[in-house]
Amino acid sequence: MAVKVRIPTPLQRLTQGKEDVEGAPGTIINLVTELDKSFPGIGERISEGGKIRRFVNIYINEEDIRFLQAEATVVKDGDEVSIVPAIAGGR
Amino acid sequence: MGYVLGLKCRECGREYPVEPIYVCEFCFGPLEVVYDYKKIKKALTKNKIKSREKNLWRYKELLPIDGEPQVGLDSGFTPLIKADNLAKELGVSQLYVKDDTVDHPTLSFKDRVVAVALTKAKEFGFDTVACASTGNLAHSVSAHGAKAGFKRFVFIPATLEASKIVASLVYEPNLVAVDGNYDEVNRLCSEIANKYKWAFVNINIRPFYAEGSKTQGFEIIEQLDWRAPDNVVVPCASGSLLTKVWKSFKEFKKIGILKKLDTKFFAAQATGCSPIVTAIKQDTDVIRPVKPDTIAKSLAIGNPADGFYARQAVKETGGYGEDVSDKEIIDGIKLLAKTEGIFAETAGGVTVACTKKLIETGKIGRDEMTVICITGNGLKTQEALAGHTTDVHYIKPKLAAFEEILKKIGK
Repeated sequence: MAVKVRIPTPLQRLTQGKEDVEGAPGTIINLVTELDKSFPGIGERISEGGKIRRFVNIYINEEDIRFLQAEATVVKDGDEVSIVPAIAGGR
Repeated sequence: MGYVLGLKCRECGREYPVEPIYVCEFCFGPLEVVYDYKKIKKALTKNKIKSREKNLWRYKELLPIDGEPQVGLDSGFTPLIKADNLAKELGVSQLYVKDDTVDHPTLSFKDRVVAVALTKAKEFGFDTVACASTGNLAHSVSAHGAKAGFKRFVFIPATLEASKIVASLVYEPNLVAVDGNYDEVNRLCSEIANKYKWAFVNINIRPFYAEGSKTQGFEIIEQLDWRAPDNVVVPCASGSLLTKVWKSFKEFKKIGILKKLDTKFFAAQATGCSPIVTAIKQDTDVIRPVKPDTIAKSLAIGNPADGFYARQAVKETGGYGEDVSDKEIIDGIKLLAKTEGIFAETAGGVTVACTKKLIETGKIGRDEMTVICITGNGLKTQEALAGHTTDVHYIKPKLAAFEEILKKIGK
């Protein structure tokens, strides 16, 4: 059992249309780096210089990583990671 | 003939044609409208503006439409009130209230942005408009959309108060109450927006919608006889309004209408949801999301989309940010009402109370000219004042009973 990573629609072109892919346990930034090896190009879309891009939100089991340890947050087997482009607000 | 060149990503600068899209395909940064300012400078003068109808479209060259305005022909151009009583109370010499509690038709500044969004939706050829909202935006989309002949879908959290639901339902939109909180509603809407060809004003129409906020800034300048104030205090939810009012001042400077621009921008938030002000106070460009807990529900966005840019505008202009408690918000609403006769919603209480703090701490000078943006009407959030107002005098229908009360009041 690995880490399940949910890919948003705009990035599914890079994952051959797959909505879910497997990710590596460890820190989130490591997961992104590893993901880029299987799906080249995905890394630079999500991150820049070791940081998650400002308008990309990452959730681990529904919790925003900025409430956790941001890029250094550790994921383990069985966790579910969601990559979600920031949603424009306005109530 | 339009003055828009295209759309551009605020983060990476990639350019896109004018389409109902809102994020950069590459980095997910927000897209912004790019104008041909040289052409606008030739086309838009003070006299031309002054000759036009008193609504937000008098600045139409600086709004992202190609043809003529189609929606909200009576929206905007709200009063800029010289608030001498409030100024005296706060100990400053010149204070003005930009009063969007009386925007047409639904009494909040959202009538500006929706007027622009729905005009653009018409230009794009949409027949259905939609939004996720807990209040002001829902009311405005429902009302403007009714008049403009759109099919409307409005998505709200199912737990919303009855009074706010009625204020949308009366216009007969399709009101969908979702079993979830606001963030979950918003997420669902972005999925729906991907699948259905609808104009979601705060999603795929957002680059155009947000530009409507600039009209508040244009009006402030015009109503101050073409001068910029020393300070502007703006309430922040997503941070878009502050960013756009600042943009409007810069645009007026750019096209030569404003000679001098030295305005400081101040962000106002509730302490229970203050991710932007926290970043300003800690002098960091990382906007850390929060879980909102405040009576100022119209400002309760824990993960503000434009927070980064709002904070940047504040820093760039030498302004600051302040946050206030629920008690201070209520006191702020009451202070504005009893000094200026303006009943603002909770967001207005936030703005007044933050302004008071900014003056007390010397961030806003006592001899400077300050404008505060009041964005919505208090009749919409009356429940916030329950138990905090003065009491009613109940009497029998007899003169003696009334005079008894007069005596008490006289004490």
